[in-house]
Amino acid sequence: MTITSAGPTTPLVPAAPAPVAASDAELVSFSIDGIETSAPKGTLVIRAAEELGIQIPRFCDHPLLAPAGACRQCLVEVWAPGRDGKLAKMPKPQASCTLEATPGMQVKTQHTSPEADKAQHGVMELLLINHPLDCPVCDKGGECPLQNQAMSNGRATTRFVDVKRTFPKPIAVSTQILLDRERCVLCQRCTRFSEEIAGDVFIDLQKRGAQQQIGRFDTDVLGFVGDVPAGAATLDTSGKPFASYFSGNTVQICPVGALTSAAYRFRSRPFDLVSTPSVAEHDSNGSAIRIDHRRGVVLRRLAGDDPAVNQEWISDKDRFAFTWQSAPDRITTPLVRSRNDDGSRGELVPASWVEALGAAAAGLRAAGAVGVLPGGRLTLEDAYAYGKFARVALGTNDVDGRARPHSDEEEAFLAHHVAGRTLQVTFADLDRAPAVLLVGLEPEEEAGILFLRLRQAVVHHRTRVVSVAALATRGLERLSGTLVAAAPGTEAEVLDGIVGGAQDQLGEAADLLAADGAVILVGERLAAVPGGFTAVLALAERTGARLAWVPRRAGERGAVEAGLLPSLLPGGRTVADGAARVDLAAAWDVDSLPAAPGRNASAIIAGARDGSLGGLLVGGLEPADLPDPALARDALDRVGFLVSLEVRASEVTDRADVVLPVAPPVERGGTFVTWEGRPRPFPQALVSHALPDHRVLDRLADELGVVLGLGSLAEVHAELDQIGGWDGARAEAPRVAGAEPAAVAPGTAVLATWHQLLDAGRLQSGEPHLAGTAKVATARISAATAAAVGVADGGSLAVSTDAGTITLPVAVTDMPEHVVWLPTNAAGSAVRDTLHADSGDVVRIAAGNREVV
Amino acid sequence: MATTLAPVLSAHWDADRSWALETYEANGGYRGLRRALSMQAADVVTMVKDSGLRGRGGAGFPTGMKWGFLPAPDGGPRYLVVNADESEPGTCKDIPLMMASPQHLIEGVIITSYAIGCHHAFIYVRGEVLHVYRRLLRAVEEARAAGYVGSDILGSGYDLEITVHAGAGAYICGEETALLDSLEGLRGQPRLKPPFPAVAGLYARPTVVNNVESIASVPGIVVGGADWFKQMGTERSTGHGLFSLSGHVTNPGQYEAPLGITLRELLEMAGGMRGGRALKFWTPGGSSTPIFTAEHLDVPLDYESVGAAGSMLGTRALQIFDETTSVVRAVTRWTEFYKHESCGKCTPCREGTFWLAQVLQRLERGQGTPADIDLLLDLCDNILGRAFCALGDGATSPITSAVQYFREEFEAGCHTPADALFPPQASALFDYTPRRSAALVGVHA
Repeated sequence: MTITSAGPTTPLVPAAPAPVAASDAELVSFSIDGIETSAPKGTLVIRAAEELGIQIPRFCDHPLLAPAGACRQCLVEVWAPGRDGKLAKMPKPQASCTLEATPGMQVKTQHTSPEADKAQHGVMELLLINHPLDCPVCDKGGECPLQNQAMSNGRATTRFVDVKRTFPKPIAVSTQILLDRERCVLCQRCTRFSEEIAGDVFIDLQKRGAQQQIGRFDTDVLGFVGDVPAGAATLDTSGKPFASYFSGNTVQICPVGALTSAAYRFRSRPFDLVSTPSVAEHDSNGSAIRIDHRRGVVLRRLAGDDPAVNQEWISDKDRFAFTWQSAPDRITTPLVRSRNDDGSRGELVPASWVEALGAAAAGLRAAGAVGVLPGGRLTLEDAYAYGKFARVALGTNDVDGRARPHSDEEEAFLAHHVAGRTLQVTFADLDRAPAVLLVGLEPEEEAGILFLRLRQAVVHHRTRVVSVAALATRGLERLSGTLVAAAPGTEAEVLDGIVGGAQDQLGEAADLLAADGAVILVGERLAAVPGGFTAVLALAERTGARLAWVPRRAGERGAVEAGLLPSLLPGGRTVADGAARVDLAAAWDVDSLPAAPGRNASAIIAGARDGSLGGLLVGGLEPADLPDPALARDALDRVGFLVSLEVRASEVTDRADVVLPVAPPVERGGTFVTWEGRPRPFPQALVSHALPDHRVLDRLADELGVVLGLGSLAEVHAELDQIGGWDGARAEAPRVAGAEPAAVAPGTAVLATWHQLLDAGRLQSGEPHLAGTAKVATARISAATAAAVGVADGGSLAVSTDAGTITLPVAVTDMPEHVVWLPTNAAGSAVRDTLHADSGDVVRIAAGNREVV
Repeated sequence: MATTLAPVLSAHWDADRSWALETYEANGGYRGLRRALSMQAADVVTMVKDSGLRGRGGAGFPTGMKWGFLPAPDGGPRYLVVNADESEPGTCKDIPLMMASPQHLIEGVIITSYAIGCHHAFIYVRGEVLHVYRRLLRAVEEARAAGYVGSDILGSGYDLEITVHAGAGAYICGEETALLDSLEGLRGQPRLKPPFPAVAGLYARPTVVNNVESIASVPGIVVGGADWFKQMGTERSTGHGLFSLSGHVTNPGQYEAPLGITLRELLEMAGGMRGGRALKFWTPGGSSTPIFTAEHLDVPLDYESVGAAGSMLGTRALQIFDETTSVVRAVTRWTEFYKHESCGKCTPCREGTFWLAQVLQRLERGQGTPADIDLLLDLCDNILGRAFCALGDGATSPITSAVQYFREEFEAGCHTPADALFPPQASALFDYTPRRSAALVGVHA
């Protein structure tokens, strides 16, 4: 990370310290190939050999999966001291992937033991007899562990002249995951991943002997209330169509070409690809990824290896949703709207940068007061540039990066608790946490890797997960979590009820949180609950649990650090704090900064509608994501002058007076700041002339006669280093009383809603195979509520407000009565757009009259 | 002095309704249980240790020592699991025992459970033998009605439940850890060891897994005492055992005799070879043990002597083949069995048996090449000791031993079909029309 500084100040977003290796473990001494070594007790021989640079061939072994010992490729000769202390050879060669090193052991690998070498050659020959050897047409060819190790540890020719086992090819496990069984070497990495890591047991071994194969089961196991994918899929082991957000990992860890993805199958050869390490842009985890591209086209993305963050896993969204960056509706040149003869708005016309920047500057200058809505997907550098642009070039605090339901209480919470407090809760802390409370957060849907890390903590360290939510999702079940049911809007009340000595679940939750190391993870959705953040802060203080905020989008945390809130400046400085303003004004080399508190996103929309704001500068946001999309569209229509910085044509660019194209992440470098507060820098992967936001803003400021000094990443980083963190006063904690829950009349219900990982989001467009693995949009209500409106499980439910109606199949679910859950933005369920409603609002429910298939 | 039969388990198989509880009791049944319940549990374990009883399932591990491996009680459950998944080709001792005298097993289960502190025992029966499954269910029912199973057994305060579980038909489930997985409802494949079942077995609790015959031998030891048991057999292979003679003998069947008896003695009891033909080869302990020939007729059938002669006592499944038998064909059938029953978990067994079967089939058709014999031996070398569990090793034994003793027959497989050299009808007891005529000799169809 380049944001670190040698200077006296704390960096604005300090890089994470290097992890300290555990050194207290008991060491055992032994030798491999005559090299004396020592390793912590319990270390597997194959790992110890890696440390010495000795590679033992292997297939089933994977460091993040439990040992299997199935492929037998890693056999080594082992001598160990017997009871009499004399060194004795173990009668059989041992699988080094299951053998723990013991004191005095002498291991001889294929390099020093003819027996081990012969054993490995023998196993390799056996693995290849039923393998099709179709490497020239196989996607894995060129990066295939089987191919590579057959070369390094196999016979030059085969003695097999008999009949190979074959299978029809391939099985489409889902629209995305394809399985060619004849290539499979039955190492069970995929099945162990799905069972041990993701908890979605969608494939398993079936049949036996040489007919053993990976397959899907269709036995109907009871007790599964599942999420069903939109596209065709095979049945999982419970007999339901397979739905998993992590299935792509099985393709990556498959040591042969048996599992492939529909998106990449037959698209390229590995040796034609150029790889660039990067960071996933789809959530706030900052997963390390590898972008593989060829001649300027991204062909696939793989999980990067980062033990501190995503280990070696990523969600399917991070893996497969990248075509949006090169979608046909990419904006490639600046656009300026012509004026008709009568002065009304005309068409958008391509323009030069000089022309467009000039038009934008002139328009903004003429507009008077301008509000800034930069959206939630920005890099730290861009967020910082928007904030500085608003305050220095536009002279306003009317800037808000929250393109979602938000509140002043949330703003105070972010300023008080989040800004400037990086890495106070990390993934590693979750591993050690005895208990984790989730509030307004569905980890599997809203932060995929967080889900896997939590599951790891649950499985390996018996971490207890408690969720305050309207219903227990399948994700929570797989975390062995406990639901503290809370109807939307009552979360604050429930949180206040978590006190020691309380009855039932609440008292138990209080006890769990009181344990040393307990963590509360709160999602962005709590902003919709009056008093929610106040209650969660009080809870953290009461129990001693640490509290972290987990937003959904990649740019949210960076925006907070960069001060993209109307009352917040970079590094946790507040607008209200004169000293902070002076400090920053000095750094920015301006006389003063605007002292008046700015408007939040809703107020900016309102201001644009009522004319108190003459112009808007809008970054990458969708009006449909805002609390009231209709209001937002109206504001964009009415506002005097609209400048849009966008990657692709959108509802905003459709209405803009000047459109300035910006680069998607793959075409620029930058830094995402994760929910942990961890800076995740990534380089530019593709050669491009597209400009990142901060550079466009720098040039726009130039046109306005202001020197922003943010023309390059180096400049931004230097400035961030110079500003550093803030050790002055922090914002006060919010104190907002909870609201009385809305009254629920017959025929109405309180709306609960959250985003699903795969839905109708714009960053997933252009990837039909991925879309097929999204869950079918389903409404959920309790049995009593369903009975009251006369809907049976699987029937059709119409959820409506004055603005519109959403009709979905209904799944009767164990959840509070008079509550209806809808996916926020699934196909056919655009809640904010259709209903203009959000969590906690009262909606009408009735039996739907549409046939649900 | 010639060895005589020592019927203990099989003593009353000829009784009327031998399987019924009253028949068993009338012949001294459940005296062992009464005696055991009057003893300290640890004394029962000591008694079995002293008797020298070794596992009758094939490996011959001392039974009492196995029980002693259980960790000290921690208040949680511990289990006894009886391995009644008898599936090895040739092995047919447990199923007749459970058919004819299931109460022997039930009493043994109760005594063993008492000795090891188990309150829930499982009998895992091979699923194909439905009649045996029914008989065991009935036997447990009878034992429960008589107060031998359930709570406060015979007023001792000791409780025991017995569950009889039918497997779904997989040879691998005779491997103890695969059996435990199968019993837990999982796919039957062997588990990684350690942990061993004694530490973390069924439901990850301390578990003893014993063969049917081992457990059924326990009541006799408790009644007769360790010394009575040690009178039978040899010094290190004590006691009685069921010897299952099958194949080309005049009177095939179960011969319960002291360990250490020879095949020559057993053959005499069985009326000699069928039709007076000459013995060609035989298995001492099922198809997974290296074969013997006529030169081994006087090898004492105990663990040590058979081992010293290059095979294993195994399950004492003596399959007898006379001079009309093609060893290539017999080995091919066995190998096809292993190919069919390989669980698929590890590469050597899964792929190796698949390949071995094809090579052997080629040799059986007379279409082999000289290189095929070396290939067979090398493949066996690549499987033996490389597989995940012992089943892979077992699959190689008949091949390597057959090539050792009858290499010329395999060499003949390079030009002459096995059924031309050894017409199947020569072994048949009845008129038999072979599928393939000897006239086709040399025609490699």
